[in-house]
Amino acid sequence: MKPAPFEYHAPTDLGEAVRLLAALGEHGRLLAGGQSLMPMLNLRLARPEAIVDLNRITALAYHRLDDETLVIGALCRQREIERDKEVLARCAAIADAIPLIGHIGIRNRGTVVGSLAHADPSAEWPVLAVLLDATLEVEGVAGRRSIAAQDFFKGLFATDLRPGELVVEARFPLPPAGAGSAFIEVARRHGDFALGAAAAVVELAADGSVAAARLALGGFDSVPVRATPDPAAAAADVHPVDDVHAPAGYRRKLAETLARRALHLAEQRARKAGR
Amino acid sequence: MKEVDVRLTVNGRECTARCEPRTTLADFLRGHLGLTGTHLGCEHGVCGACTVLLDGATARSCLMLAVQGQGHEVTTIEGLGTPENPHPLMRAFSEMHGLQCGFCTPGFILSAHEYLRENPRPDRQAMRKDLSGNICRCTGYVKIFAAVERAAELMAEPEAARS
Repeated sequence: MKPAPFEYHAPTDLGEAVRLLAALGEHGRLLAGGQSLMPMLNLRLARPEAIVDLNRITALAYHRLDDETLVIGALCRQREIERDKEVLARCAAIADAIPLIGHIGIRNRGTVVGSLAHADPSAEWPVLAVLLDATLEVEGVAGRRSIAAQDFFKGLFATDLRPGELVVEARFPLPPAGAGSAFIEVARRHGDFALGAAAAVVELAADGSVAAARLALGGFDSVPVRATPDPAAAAADVHPVDDVHAPAGYRRKLAETLARRALHLAEQRARKAGR
Repeated sequence: MKEVDVRLTVNGRECTARCEPRTTLADFLRGHLGLTGTHLGCEHGVCGACTVLLDGATARSCLMLAVQGQGHEVTTIEGLGTPENPHPLMRAFSEMHGLQCGFCTPGFILSAHEYLRENPRPDRQAMRKDLSGNICRCTGYVKIFAAVERAAELMAEPEAARS
């Protein structure tokens, strides 16, 4: 199918984009990489009256490492992060996750921030954001505010964004040096949305015992969940439901298995880093 | 709905046409510029048939608006080679029977083009992942991978030995 007609705006600076979004209210939709919105337009699952295209605001196409924080602008393509060897070396969970996102042609266009704002509960970046305690910098006519990832995701494709607001930057604090991390998912085919995903960070004490562990689960609830970093307990933190792909019981079992594997792999990597 | 002027470079040539903002790049290439080598399969980013190169990197042309191509460089299958002067990938797909119905072939060749540029010595396992964004319903993929490996050989040969 083809998209229904819409008005098209391509602002060249952020202030203009914010003003447009505010004026359009619920009738406007933001277009960044288009790898989620364009299919919805083509299938007419979305029929906005107007599109505000961010692609001309080249000032938002950046990412950088600020000490321990990976800072990603709203127009940074996923492939840019995939190509940054320093980022991948600093966080194995990110290195694990990116190749699982769609396919190369999708990652060439799709943006990290767009994936966060789309808030698909099975998508990889929202799980990473919840795992790493990312913050989202949001701009609107009323000004700028920061939202913690765990407060940002409100439900299925629903976020804390108010009408007229957009995410301009995501900040991911990377695990401390010596920590291990991992991202694992199960999908029917390579590149498909995951049935479920688990991501973990493990830090070791000097005596080799686990000093701290974090676990995030995606695809089991309407939002990515920060779960108890213990496989059996983690499965009780999510509330999967039956759908055409898998029954809830299978998903609960999957949550436990993926949690165990992600925690185990993160711990192994921490031990290797400590040696 | 109001039409807009779109100017972009396609296969090295500057092209201008008017279209509605909702026109996808794929429909623009096919319908407005007559470049029907770009095939449209699923129209929602799953099949990879409509893959083109945007500033040298693969993109699904059904997931882009033509107006977004403004100022950018697009390469379609027509830009890669012609029947008289085929690209090594085209020769290899023909030689190794890397196609049956041919519907997925333009997309596959452009994805393989990007893959070989970054991996001149292809690895079958890595290739399976990197080309997983293109779907073929005829071949079972084995001959497609063989064709990509054959193309790498052809591209490694010195220019003179090719003809």
